[in-house]
Amino acid sequence: MDADMETVCGIAGGVKEKKFKAAEIIEIYLKNITKQETKINAFISTRAVKALDEAKMIDEKIAKGERVGRLAGVPVGVKDNICTEGIKTTCASKMLENYISPYDATVIEKLKKEGAIIIGKTNMDEFAMGSSTENSAFKTTSNPWNLSRVPGGSSGGSAAAVASDFVPLSLGSDTGGSIRQPAAFCGIVGLKPTYGSISRFGLVAFASSLDQIGPMTKNVKDCVLSLEVLQGNDSRDATSSKRKFTAKYLLDSHDANKMKVAIPKQFFGDELDAEVKNSIMGSVERLQDMGVKVDEVSMPIDEEILSAYYIISSAEASSNLARFDGIRYGYRTSEYNNVEELMINSRTEAFGEEVKRRILLGTYVLSAGYYDAFYNKAHKMREAIKRRYHDIFSKYDLILSPVTPTVAFEKGEKIHSPMQMYLQDLYTVSVNLAGLPALSMNCGFDKNNLPIGLQIIGSHYSEEKMFQLAYLLESKLDLKKKVIL
Amino acid sequence: MIWETFIGIEIHAELATKSKIFCSCSTEFGKAPNTNTCPVCIGLPGALPVLNEEVIQLALKAGLALNCKVNYINKMDRKNYFYPDLPRAYQISQFDLPILYDGYVEFEIEDTIERVNINRIHLEEDAGKLIHLEEHTCIDYNRGGVALIELVTEPELKSPKEAFEFVKTIKTIFEYVGVSDCKMEQGSLRFDANISVREKGQKELNTKVEIKNMNSFKEMQKALEKEEKRQIELYEFNEGDKIVQETRRWDSAKGRTVSMRGKEGVHDYRYFPEPDLRPIVISKKNVVDLKKEIPELPNEKLERLLTQFDLNKKETKIVVEDKKLALLFENTVKKGANPQKALNWIVGDLLRLIKTDGGDEDLEIDSSGLAELISIIESGDISLKAGREIFEEMFMKRKKPREIINRRGLIQINSEESLRIIVQKVMEANSKSVADYNAGKKQAITYLMGQVMKETKGQANPKMALQLLERIISNK
Repeated sequence: MDADMETVCGIAGGVKEKKFKAAEIIEIYLKNITKQETKINAFISTRAVKALDEAKMIDEKIAKGERVGRLAGVPVGVKDNICTEGIKTTCASKMLENYISPYDATVIEKLKKEGAIIIGKTNMDEFAMGSSTENSAFKTTSNPWNLSRVPGGSSGGSAAAVASDFVPLSLGSDTGGSIRQPAAFCGIVGLKPTYGSISRFGLVAFASSLDQIGPMTKNVKDCVLSLEVLQGNDSRDATSSKRKFTAKYLLDSHDANKMKVAIPKQFFGDELDAEVKNSIMGSVERLQDMGVKVDEVSMPIDEEILSAYYIISSAEASSNLARFDGIRYGYRTSEYNNVEELMINSRTEAFGEEVKRRILLGTYVLSAGYYDAFYNKAHKMREAIKRRYHDIFSKYDLILSPVTPTVAFEKGEKIHSPMQMYLQDLYTVSVNLAGLPALSMNCGFDKNNLPIGLQIIGSHYSEEKMFQLAYLLESKLDLKKKVIL
Repeated sequence: MIWETFIGIEIHAELATKSKIFCSCSTEFGKAPNTNTCPVCIGLPGALPVLNEEVIQLALKAGLALNCKVNYINKMDRKNYFYPDLPRAYQISQFDLPILYDGYVEFEIEDTIERVNINRIHLEEDAGKLIHLEEHTCIDYNRGGVALIELVTEPELKSPKEAFEFVKTIKTIFEYVGVSDCKMEQGSLRFDANISVREKGQKELNTKVEIKNMNSFKEMQKALEKEEKRQIELYEFNEGDKIVQETRRWDSAKGRTVSMRGKEGVHDYRYFPEPDLRPIVISKKNVVDLKKEIPELPNEKLERLLTQFDLNKKETKIVVEDKKLALLFENTVKKGANPQKALNWIVGDLLRLIKTDGGDEDLEIDSSGLAELISIIESGDISLKAGREIFEEMFMKRKKPREIINRRGLIQINSEESLRIIVQKVMEANSKSVADYNAGKKQAITYLMGQVMKETKGQANPKMALQLLERIISNK
């Protein structure tokens, strides 16, 4: 594949400049999928014929000299919890196995408007609950770097699809790390933007106050372009913000090496794998060499933060998932004598174990008599986390940390131990609780050739700074290793 | 034993917004099932609520008219429960921070002014409607997501009659302020009540019972009277322990309340702040501006009308209690009609016609028509009796009075010249009655009058005709 064909910017530019046709691009990517998908299982559904038709329409437009969008001809994978009109949106759940949304999510409208072509819907943990994509009701996705390993989760299909050259761009959603952790495991760039910067309209809610859609790409530049397209205020999402990030100074920026960066020592504790730690510290040193000021700071993260996250996210999830009752759409049991049985049996039969666990947890913490002890306490914790981050960002531009304690783990390794799985989120959940933006990027490989991720956390709407530093580091590291399937 | 009664009322009023509280669907009543719906109000995956700003303004108006304080920062919460008419399985409502609180309303009962304190008014969305058929139950979500305010009083109403007067007062105020159209038959105004009784002198309140399914003010009063009696009797027979905190349904056909126990235990709604919506922030300026928009309220209007004109209080009250009647009255008077006469027409003929016409359909009498009719009658061009017929036609067929008079030839014969000819003709034709009258049978004149009216097809000025008749007979 021509180098230009591998990236979002390369494709969009090449198609517009008639270096190649959109249809050619789609054909190449579809061929990759046909060849390798059985190994990876990144997709829940694909749409080859329609994608090709759309590509041809773009080519016709270009031939006629008509304007095409900023992502003309770019194949996109969409996490299967983002609503797409006419394509199934299953959330990897038996509950929505045959559900087709009658409308497009705002992000889908934006992608279509810019000429992007949806190639398929990607696998995920059921309702985005999990860190390995093993909680999908339909299939287990493999990590393209090592097929016996998990791709991470919950946006595991999206990450694996990008790393496998099935698409140069996919959409994920991040509630506690679900974009950043799989991006780290698959060696790509994943961005969880500032809460409110991308519309959630059409994202099947897991935890409304934490969920954000974000782009997953192969490099920083592609991520910048994708965010530019996806962001923006939406009158259909009351939590979406009017603020936007601008990338105009990104590429000619010389400011990144003047930044002050904080390293929170608690993010480098005993649970962190030594190889991961060394790789990240290596990157930090490279940045220091270029003039970036780095200080160690204190940012307590502990199991209490994890508890606060699981209380709030599960509380909201228990309510958000209550609508799946078998009455209007989705799975309906065949065994019922009355409406109550219909609801109970449908939910019992169609939800997976992890989803049920979180619904139970969420229902419990909101119950009368427990609300103050759990939900309210978690909420106070959340406020405290926001204040801690605020303090750090009053002195530092950005925070650098690991994304996960380890590299991609084996399939089946943690699936029977929820606590082990939840610990995957240790370095990521506080970002969601505080509504901050964070980017995960590849910073090296371990001895087994598995990618290691580095996390850049910014203050609200500081995506521009994050991109600058990430771009600087990416250029410096110049990692050329590629997946071989 | 002397008993004291304590009644609290909860009122749900659908706000008069064109679109629903969280989406742009129409709130129009009577549309084909599930046509006023969208992904948001039927809770499809991924759809998000966005608060309709108009809802805040109307709720504030309602609260300001009821002397409430404003929570300048308030928020929506989720009330979680499973029911097929609730598509998200949670109702977006307000829990610990209602938009309005601590208000009061005053109303008159048996010539004393009573004040009832309002605990809170909060915002919420309406649910859909279940339609039970023989084998199936259908759900219509048209009503789902229509904006509601829920008003909760303190348990301070002292009798079912007071409860009746209270809800009537609230309805009138809501209509005046334009908060809700208050159409009870369409469910845009609904209420529940709770009631307890205690022996006079006792300090704490006894167990209260909630009553639902009361579809009119009268039904509510009846239901409360029944429940009041039931509770007093149980206490008097030392069976007070049979009164438990429960919800009872009013069965209007059987005229009694029935326990709804067994439906479910105590609900745990697991309230928590709605994360899809930002807190509602209200500016002081907004409240100040809205205060200026609150129109003259019913009690103020009553007082003013009674001071301004010499009117019957009871009748004026009837007119004031209905915004449309009050408007008709005031406009009629503004167009020059005599106030008491205008009042008589409205309270008498108009209300009778509305009643026979079957309920509170939109009024079809305009004030200029009524003012014109009153002035035509005063001029003597038509009789009062003819006026009544004209009025009825004005109401039924929406015609102008002059139009009806001209078409039906109802102009009164006021010319003495013309009347004298007719009277003489009648007397000649009925010489026996004339003789009877002269012989002292004074009632014979009634018959002769009847003949005059018959001869003129009712158009003779009756007063003038009678005078002429008496004069001519006496002269003979």
